[in-house]
Amino acid sequence: MDSGPALVSILQQGSTLIASIHTALDDSQLIRFQRDLIEQIGARRSRGVIIDVAALDVLDSFGLRTLRDIAEMARLRGAITVLVGIQPDVALAMVELGLGTGSIETALDLEEGLAYLGVGVTASTVNHRPEHKMSPWG
Amino acid sequence: MSEDERVVEQAVSDFPALDPQDEEQLLPQLVAHLRENRTRLRQEWASRIQGAHLLQAMTPQEVAAETTSVYDNYVEVLETGNVEALQHYARDLSERIIPRGVETHEVVGIVLLLRDVLARSLFGKYQQDFSMLNRVLDAYEPAANRIANTVAVSFVDERERVIRQQQDAIRELSTPVLPVRERLLILPIIGVLDTERARQLTEQLLAGIRRHRAKVVVIDITGSPTVDEAAANHLVRTVDASRLMGASVIITGLSPGIAQTLVTIGVDLGKMNTIGDLQGGLEEAERLLGYTVSRQDGSTG
Repeated sequence: MDSGPALVSILQQGSTLIASIHTALDDSQLIRFQRDLIEQIGARRSRGVIIDVAALDVLDSFGLRTLRDIAEMARLRGAITVLVGIQPDVALAMVELGLGTGSIETALDLEEGLAYLGVGVTASTVNHRPEHKMSPWG
Repeated sequence: MSEDERVVEQAVSDFPALDPQDEEQLLPQLVAHLRENRTRLRQEWASRIQGAHLLQAMTPQEVAAETTSVYDNYVEVLETGNVEALQHYARDLSERIIPRGVETHEVVGIVLLLRDVLARSLFGKYQQDFSMLNRVLDAYEPAANRIANTVAVSFVDERERVIRQQQDAIRELSTPVLPVRERLLILPIIGVLDTERARQLTEQLLAGIRRHRAKVVVIDITGSPTVDEAAANHLVRTVDASRLMGASVIITGLSPGIAQTLVTIGVDLGKMNTIGDLQGGLEEAERLLGYTVSRQDGSTG
């Protein structure tokens, strides 16, 4: 992840971290992703984490275990994790192989994940800019 | 070499092998004969078709038009040896007559009738000269067989294509994924849920969840008399896969028999949200989605 295009992006939306995985990661990249994300949860005082795997067309057992570990660690550091964007084929393959997501919540996509964490885009806009409360979009 | 093969070889060697040059001269002669007698032979063929009660789904005018085309194509293949145009025509003809209910045996039958009619006319023409007749038939028969084969295969291919198309359509229709309200899908399963259908149902459901952004899915199996073990396990996996995509599944209409099967085979029922009937399932789904349904007269429904 030191050179070339970013394999993962970690963005902040209010108290939520949005981590998008752009491409299949190998084991060491996954470990590094896990370390970065857990570090940022503390640094940015996040309450929720969304991991977006919409770009992945395969999720192997190691990847899934890493994601489960992330969710556990995040919980210990005070954040809830939602896994979003699992593609139909990936979901099918996962159940065929008996790979569960354990206690991680899942949602259809980023929007649903944000809604689950109670971080609607409108809500945060209203919170950050109270003067717009009366606008028709408020 | 088997007994049969020896007999055939004997029969073949009774006559001089066909000289390629001979064939080159004979075929044009043959084609010229068939062209000259086109009207008479075609009419005889059409009347033989009628006599054999073939193509009854078609009007006499249609039979006349098609027989003319087939005849001309037939003679052309004899002349050029190129079956592509005939193949194309046969496929086109099949496309037109398959929806009318014309059967394979009819198509094969009319081509064989034409083959016989033409062979009979060759007998008539060359009956004085037996060795000539023999050579003419040597040239004619393989070509005629190839034509009959081409037409039959084209017809069967076309029929199979139509059947495949219909199968796809039935498969598509047999597990409809129906949006009821925003974010709510129902999936009524009618008929036996075998493994193949269960697999396909899962695929369609997952695609439907993504397309309609569904949060709740009600699978109603009231219309399914039995569920075998494999299909039941598949149903459980469908529930899991749907959950991975962020949708929860409610299963309704479990008959006593199916409930018994599920318990007997030890399906993990803890993960399955089941409700007695479709009505109850929809009410629960609406509750999950935050809908309230009220009747206009004020009573709740």
